[in-house]
Amino acid sequence: MTTPALTAPAFHRPADLADALAHLAEHPGAVPIAGGTDLMVAVNYRRARPEAMLDLTGLAELRAWSDEGDAIRIGSGVPYARIVAELATVLPGLAAASRTVGSPQIRNRGTLGGNLATASPAGDGHPPLLACGARITIASTAGTRTVAADAFFTGPKRSVLEPGELITAVTVPKAAGPQQFLKVGTRNAMVIAVCSFALSLDLDARRLGTGIGSAGPVPLRAREAERIDLPWADPRRFDDALAAEFGRRVAAAASPMDDVRGTADYRRHALAVCAARALRRVWAAAHTEGSGR
Amino acid sequence: MSEGMRVRMRVDGAEIAADVDRPGESLLTSLRDRLGLTGSKNACEQGECGSCTVLLDGLPVCACLVATAQCEGREVKTVVGAVPRPVRDAFVACGAVQCGFCTPGLLVSVADLLDREPDPDDALIREALAGNLCRCTGYEKIIEAVHVAAEAMSDGVPRVPARSHLHHNQWINVTTFPRGDAETGEDTP
Repeated sequence: MTTPALTAPAFHRPADLADALAHLAEHPGAVPIAGGTDLMVAVNYRRARPEAMLDLTGLAELRAWSDEGDAIRIGSGVPYARIVAELATVLPGLAAASRTVGSPQIRNRGTLGGNLATASPAGDGHPPLLACGARITIASTAGTRTVAADAFFTGPKRSVLEPGELITAVTVPKAAGPQQFLKVGTRNAMVIAVCSFALSLDLDARRLGTGIGSAGPVPLRAREAERIDLPWADPRRFDDALAAEFGRRVAAAASPMDDVRGTADYRRHALAVCAARALRRVWAAAHTEGSGR
Repeated sequence: MSEGMRVRMRVDGAEIAADVDRPGESLLTSLRDRLGLTGSKNACEQGECGSCTVLLDGLPVCACLVATAQCEGREVKTVVGAVPRPVRDAFVACGAVQCGFCTPGLLVSVADLLDREPDPDDALIREALAGNLCRCTGYEKIIEAVHVAAEAMSDGVPRVPARSHLHHNQWINVTTFPRGDAETGEDTP
């Protein structure tokens, strides 16, 4: 019996990021792998047969986050479990979304960088990144570039990521007010979102940020909804009608389709409900006695 | 390298070398098919069911979603090496095992939970076990078993729960369960 030759580059464990980028430039067929929660499913089901892989789990610079003052720079290889455990205070929206990803086993492996690289319209990490105005750092041997989260996605499972490029970090502004993430699914764990919605409220800048998941070819912002006129000067004038109007605008921004997880009509309806609920929650949290603001 | 790639790791305390011939071979495949360590079960191969849960450097992960080649120099613990005896006994005593296929994965998840939270409430248990599917028990007996295991581990006294499925005159003292032969490594009597 002969074993097929597996030459050294077939599975490369780079020493550092520069080594990883050089390897990717030299071997464009090498598939980067971090947590493997998407890629290994494709491999196990023979939908992908990578001839070579590039292991990112050993790169310390991708597995750390840092405080940049008004933002947190999260290495692309930081698993969701750590985002939940370590960043819930400064990035409550992203932490809430991270907590809904898969199961404990998946959250121990899956990473924000992998979520972005897969670029599924249903990726749980995406809506809060859109709502917070996150920026994505991408590196190659040619250098580094930064892309706004709302310019990153170009289609279902497609992004601006070019061959030879690796996502190295995601920089997320610290919360300047309450944030929410709501996800609709068939159970509380281990579900791909039927639809999801993230909302961030910036009281000082008087600004709303939105992110819609799983209700369009790409994760979307609801720009018309972000421009809704809120009673910033007299918060008690906020009422359910305003929340409902916000919900309608969010639903109008979505462009969902019918699929196995739900119909387009259901998604629009659920988004309107989620968005109105999210707005009521952030508004109440921001204007409750003792909220400190 | 002309004879595949050799990956060295620690599995249940033993230094082990696995030869893989494709970069995407999963840890689960290597454990079961190359190393003959069949404690971790293969059900879905997509990270949904948790039957293949192992501890990788102390964290519960689905072995089917880890590439073996990512494990060079790392520590893997399967149901054989990760699970304290009281956890196993509690599962048996509480009727938390029916067909048994999900059991090894559940035991590893429970061992991890009790390591972090010695006395978890139901909500914590449900969240910790959300990634382990069981199609037989309806989970109630599993959750009961976790409480029983937590109690046994805190005071060292194994017990059968009051709400056990066993009739009172069928109660068994789990300490008298026949044990396997430790010398041959045989797991069952």
